[in-house]
Amino acid sequence: MSEKYIGRSSQIAARVLGGEMMVMSSVDSTFFTLNEVATAIWQAADGRTPLTEIVVRNVCHEFEVDLETARRDAEQFVSELSHHGILLVSDHPFDMSAGPVEAA
Amino acid sequence: MNQQHEIAIEIGGMPILFRTHDFSFREMMIDRYGGFIGFLSRPTLEFEVELVTPSGEMESEEDAQVEMRDGLWHFRRGDFRAQWDPGAGRGYIRQSANPYSVDSVLRIVHSLILAGKGGFLLHAASAIRDGRAFLFSGISGAGKTTISRLAPPDVVLLTDEVSYVRREARGYHACGTPFAGELARVGTNCSAPVATLFLLGKGSENKIEVVNTAEAVRCLLRNILFFAEDAELVEMIFRSACDFVDRVPVRRLTFVPDTRVWDLIV
Repeated sequence: MSEKYIGRSSQIAARVLGGEMMVMSSVDSTFFTLNEVATAIWQAADGRTPLTEIVVRNVCHEFEVDLETARRDAEQFVSELSHHGILLVSDHPFDMSAGPVEAA
Repeated sequence: MNQQHEIAIEIGGMPILFRTHDFSFREMMIDRYGGFIGFLSRPTLEFEVELVTPSGEMESEEDAQVEMRDGLWHFRRGDFRAQWDPGAGRGYIRQSANPYSVDSVLRIVHSLILAGKGGFLLHAASAIRDGRAFLFSGISGAGKTTISRLAPPDVVLLTDEVSYVRREARGYHACGTPFAGELARVGTNCSAPVATLFLLGKGSENKIEVVNTAEAVRCLLRNILFFAEDAELVEMIFRSACDFVDRVPVRRLTFVPDTRVWDLIV
């Protein structure tokens, strides 16, 4: 399975309030509240770190979750947020300000 | 010569001048906006109102569309077309001689101006008691008009439909609006610091419950009047909603429709 790289879209507004990360798409006004694990993934989404590495380092290690469960949950989270354009996903590293470049 | 008639409508301390050639239209506006008629000498912005015979196109049920093109805001709905140049502070409205089109333009313009200043228009009744403002927010049928109708004599009603929330240095102020709901009565033109936002719901007993932060932001965003699909504005509204929830207590108010609910509003 190929590696995934995730980055935060520039077309969002986000803020931590009451200990919770809130994210809103400025494209379709979709509003999300992220739990602790999702927040950890969100904050590590720099476009350059492989998703697997984020899961191992920021989820399994910090929250004592087994790799299989953590990876499955992370895939689902990434899929949902990327569907709303909140997370950008690519199979190669990318600069978040420019967004992922589609392979030719 | 075709004489021009002017009227300034002042909401939230912001007078907007309307200019028309039709004297009876101006009189109709004076009747409708009663306590919100402001001074003509210092308008924030000005609109020329061109009254036209309604065409088939202008009688459609089209929803309001608001978009920014080439530095100008364009508003259109079935019953009107309008343009506003925010740089020059001028615009025009083309509509038939009805009071509803200007009302919609006022809501749109104030929502855009407030968004840039950290405030918003909210689907909410609001009222002042003991120098503090209380907002009662909810969708249609949640009880905005009911709770307004039940208000005791010491309460000053600001609106039963659309509340005007202005960002101030030390928090938020609620201002009266002429935007009436089923009560069909314009609010009182005054303001006070916002003490609490209540999310309304009808139930079998009167009770107030704490609302968690995420739910408060979610409900607030759902009830903010928001016309333009503009990414920058969406972001401003989101930040305003978060800031508001950070500073103002948000509670869920479940109530039975009798006057005792106001015993809880202190």
